[in-house]
Amino acid sequence: MSDALLEVRDLHVEFRTRDGVAKAVNGVSCSVDAGETLAVLGESGSGKSVTAQAVMGILDSPPGRVTGGQVLFRGQDLLTMGAEHRRRLRGDRLAMIFQDALSALNPVLTVGAQLAEMYEVHQGMTRRDARARAITLMDRVRIPAAKDRVGDYPHQFSGGMRQRIMIAMALALEPDLIIADEPTTALDVTVQAQVMDLLAELRREYDMGLVLITHDLGVVADVADRIAVMYAGRVVENAPVRDLYAAPAHPYTQGLLESVPRLDRKGKELHAIKGLPPSLVNIPPGCPFHPRCPRARDVCRTDRPPLFPVAPGRSSACHFWKETLDASRS
Amino acid sequence: MSEPPYPPPNPEGPAPAGPLGSLGPVSPGDGGAARLASREAESLERPPGKPAEPAPPAPEKARSLWSDAWHDLRRNPVFLLSALVIAFLLLIAVWPGLVAGGNPLQCDLAKSQEGSQPGHPFGFDAQGCDVFTRTIHGARASITVGVCATAGAALLGSVLGGLAGYYGGWWDGLLSRLADVFFGIPIILGGLVFLSVVTGGSVWPVVGFIVLLGWPQISRIARGAVVAAKQHDYVHAARALGAGDRRLLLRHIAPNAVAPVIVVATIALGTYIALEATLSFIGVGLKPPTVSWGIDISNASNQIRNAPHMLLWPAGFLSVTVLAFIMLGDAVRDALDPKLR
Repeated sequence: MSDALLEVRDLHVEFRTRDGVAKAVNGVSCSVDAGETLAVLGESGSGKSVTAQAVMGILDSPPGRVTGGQVLFRGQDLLTMGAEHRRRLRGDRLAMIFQDALSALNPVLTVGAQLAEMYEVHQGMTRRDARARAITLMDRVRIPAAKDRVGDYPHQFSGGMRQRIMIAMALALEPDLIIADEPTTALDVTVQAQVMDLLAELRREYDMGLVLITHDLGVVADVADRIAVMYAGRVVENAPVRDLYAAPAHPYTQGLLESVPRLDRKGKELHAIKGLPPSLVNIPPGCPFHPRCPRARDVCRTDRPPLFPVAPGRSSACHFWKETLDASRS
Repeated sequence: MSEPPYPPPNPEGPAPAGPLGSLGPVSPGDGGAARLASREAESLERPPGKPAEPAPPAPEKARSLWSDAWHDLRRNPVFLLSALVIAFLLLIAVWPGLVAGGNPLQCDLAKSQEGSQPGHPFGFDAQGCDVFTRTIHGARASITVGVCATAGAALLGSVLGGLAGYYGGWWDGLLSRLADVFFGIPIILGGLVFLSVVTGGSVWPVVGFIVLLGWPQISRIARGAVVAAKQHDYVHAARALGAGDRRLLLRHIAPNAVAPVIVVATIALGTYIALEATLSFIGVGLKPPTVSWGIDISNASNQIRNAPHMLLWPAGFLSVTVLAFIMLGDAVRDALDPKLR
């Protein structure tokens, strides 16, 4: 896909730690088209957030370092672009929503000031105009009595309202792409649904691309068009959401789906993937999933599987994808 | 996946009446009652025990951290009291003649160590000079040293420390080692060496010396505060939304790192006034005919048994000055923390 909005090619990120070099991202490739929602799914430590930070250019460096690959945004490589050019794209053309809005909003600035800042930084708007826009924006993410609350501080809002403000900040300049890093994890279940609905709705309204990083399979099924499953810093399966839910083509995805509690299997024991994700300092040779994989054979211990094309728009990094797919279809 | 065109009823507040993307206020004809109701709904979600804030007057002008802080300070009795004391001290520092008309250098040895008399409420010192006049005139030197040295050290220390904390790397290492070098200089010995080569005995060499030895303390505090503040998510978030280094430092990090600097600086102010007295005492700080509390305190300290009033008045003014600045610093720090509001 050459006309992709965002295309990540073979991205590598390392962290230098006391215990050695942690390879957090080992060749991630994925792409998002304009107006598409891509869910990035994976356990903690699978490299989802680090990939997002590398794309946004907010990796803590040191210790983090991008050691290879390309991040093409509308065909331009963000990684080789000048720092100032890249800074101007951030917030304007691609924006990010953080997990915990309480810590992602500055405690000493009013929410109005933080929203207005978007317009002041990127459009050089006067403070008065920017403030009026901030109120409009708060209305748009459905904060009640926006006009009265524009001068309040983040800690005076509830969790759901704070996350709406984060969303409003990301939306302020109507970017082409939003990366949402577990936007609902810090919220309780009822509020989660509202915030996700709002995000999905605004995405449609502005026709933005959305990268939704999450470990919540339920959220993904409702909102995403496509899913990239990550394991140990790699994409192991990449598929349209319906296909993936219907029949996973990677044993890890299969394990993930089986570990979701389901009403139609009430009373039976909940399946869990045995073992733990590998240490990123010491990733097993061959397929990184082989120590936990029920289908592992000799070839899995020695050869690292590339992403095999399974169907148009679908790929799986398993030597035995066909077998897995057939097994999960039956 | 089909989604309803409108979201489910919103327990966090009434759903807006306008359609998605309506630009106006929440709803036309949204009266005070509706607004109150929505405030009420929002306040229900607050953790119990935390009172809802009273509805503020419609904030028409933009509120900022500083205007909010000022709003709070005006109602804080501690701030008002200390500000009043400091205002008085600044007044007598600038125009001592307004309060004490006499000449502090005109002394009558015949009245040596005499107590309080009409027209001379604080009595006389060993040289027969009027203690009241000398105390009032001494404010200028002491306050100049205290305020200028603190301002200089705080400015230099927080700029250097802040940059070191923000950029890190070799610049941080260089600066921290440089601060260590200055930390290693003993104050009295350094004062003897540095100030003995400077002649004149005016306040500026003393201020310069104190700034030179005082900035590392502030820079360490500022560096630590900036290092802590820059790791917060909101700094990453601001960066992710396009803020540059200058904006991150000045708008997002500095206000969150300034509190410890204010506390240390106000305490340092008292120490610096006392340091001036110490340096004057060993003869390298201010020298007569400059009038200062430090000189008077050191002169009076030999005579404390015979004439305690000689010591108590300048020492009392010194203590009150230091206390007023510390209280002011405390009040300002509290006002700058929105979570205490």
